[in-house]
Amino acid sequence: MTDHDSVPEADAVHDNAYAGLLGDADPHWAFGTGFTDPLAGVDPTVPSDVDRADLAAYCLMLGDDALVLAQRLSHWTSRAPDLEEDVALANVALDLLGQARLLLARAAVVDPSVVPPSVQAPEDALAYFRPAEQFRNVLLVEGVDVDFADAVVRLLLFSVHRLAVLERLTGSRDAVLAAVAAKGVKEVTYHRDHAARWVVTLARGTDESRRRLLAALDRLWPLVPELTAVHPVERRMAAAGAGVDPSTVEGETGGVLDEVFAAAGVDRPAGPLRRAVGAHPGAGPGRVMPGIGDALTPLAPAGLAEPEPRGRDGRHTPALEEMLAEMQEVARAHPEATW
Amino acid sequence: MVTTATTAAAEAAARAAAEQVTDPELPMLTLADLGVLRGVSVDGDTVEVAITPTYSGCPAMTEMSRALAGALADAGFADVRVRVELSPAWSTDWITPRGRRALAEHGISPPGPAPRRSGPVPLTLGPPRRTVHCPRCGCDRAELVSEFGATACRALYRCTACAEPFEHVKEI
Repeated sequence: MTDHDSVPEADAVHDNAYAGLLGDADPHWAFGTGFTDPLAGVDPTVPSDVDRADLAAYCLMLGDDALVLAQRLSHWTSRAPDLEEDVALANVALDLLGQARLLLARAAVVDPSVVPPSVQAPEDALAYFRPAEQFRNVLLVEGVDVDFADAVVRLLLFSVHRLAVLERLTGSRDAVLAAVAAKGVKEVTYHRDHAARWVVTLARGTDESRRRLLAALDRLWPLVPELTAVHPVERRMAAAGAGVDPSTVEGETGGVLDEVFAAAGVDRPAGPLRRAVGAHPGAGPGRVMPGIGDALTPLAPAGLAEPEPRGRDGRHTPALEEMLAEMQEVARAHPEATW
Repeated sequence: MVTTATTAAAEAAARAAAEQVTDPELPMLTLADLGVLRGVSVDGDTVEVAITPTYSGCPAMTEMSRALAGALADAGFADVRVRVELSPAWSTDWITPRGRRALAEHGISPPGPAPRRSGPVPLTLGPPRRTVHCPRCGCDRAELVSEFGATACRALYRCTACAEPFEHVKEI
């Protein structure tokens, strides 16, 4: 008898060493998370006076913000200053990925025409088979982090804004959006505090950490006005009581940022939270709407030619195309792969 | 009335089976003790189970659904539908007293009361204010290592008395 033969029964049960790893689970698509529907059994009803195309586009806006930043944050796993921070940023990324799954799945339920042709689950088709120009995320989330200071400043700017939007969205007339927002508020509260503490830590740390923090703030601040720029879809969704006009959170987010800057001993960077380029007829006194062309100049990362892109309309920087090329490459090459 | 009684009995049996299923990441807790199991109902031959994710990105939902279907199949229910219930959002306040004891017995500090607020969420720049007891020595002076741990729902602490690290289920 060989040693192999003496192993009792195990070989009789499993033909190979890897068989047990899958258990009795059915093989599923090799990419993505759509093998279970995150909205399984959730009432799909859309309020009758809410436009389905607008609602789907709005879900993609909020979902793409979360999906793209989740991908950028995941880059820090194994690269953060310490192991705890690897874990923390991976956790934040996972929360955002979860929000993205729910929002992309909701978009697909509301308006199936937004989903690219694919045999995969709609949320996966939306993540893996859309080109950059169909992504509706703001530019803030898509750039490559220059250093760790960039990552925490971006997370602060993003979560301060997202938390304020989600808090208001809990009152959405779309029950699914309201529920996703209510969960998201709890999660993003932790993200915002975490980022704010890091900003204070870096600002009050060494000369080098403070220098990097200030440089990151200068780099990212020009992307802030886009967060509160109102896209027509957002305006219509807000009017229908289903979405949030992002310009309405500006006072609150400015106050929160000032609180962080005060604790950090940092001046608010020059340049307004919103850029005035001319009053919009539908806006109240003092409210201004960003235009399409030169108004976006300050939003552009250095080195980009005009006209400047705008994320909510699908106009992005090359950084998003490069990110998607990497994220989608294997799925596009092997769209039927399972494991 | 026979039908009603039969359904009630079937529902009780289904609920009992579903309540035995444990959480894949906190296996000392049943899904019922974790507050994730939101309802069990029987309609004819079909059992519908409602579960809610702890966090939006909870990667264990698939495994939970599979385990529930398996436990109910063992109890004689072949047709099981697992429904996601998003609202109201899960809160650590839903962890039962038995669940809290089980966490502490297994070295995990149970959560305090979840924050209740009206109006905008206040920024917390300092360490979060919570009373945490070291599950090993009982000391109430533990230092926060990180607000994020091995799963979305846990923070990392270190006891200043016995120096042991431990996890705390953070309040949401």
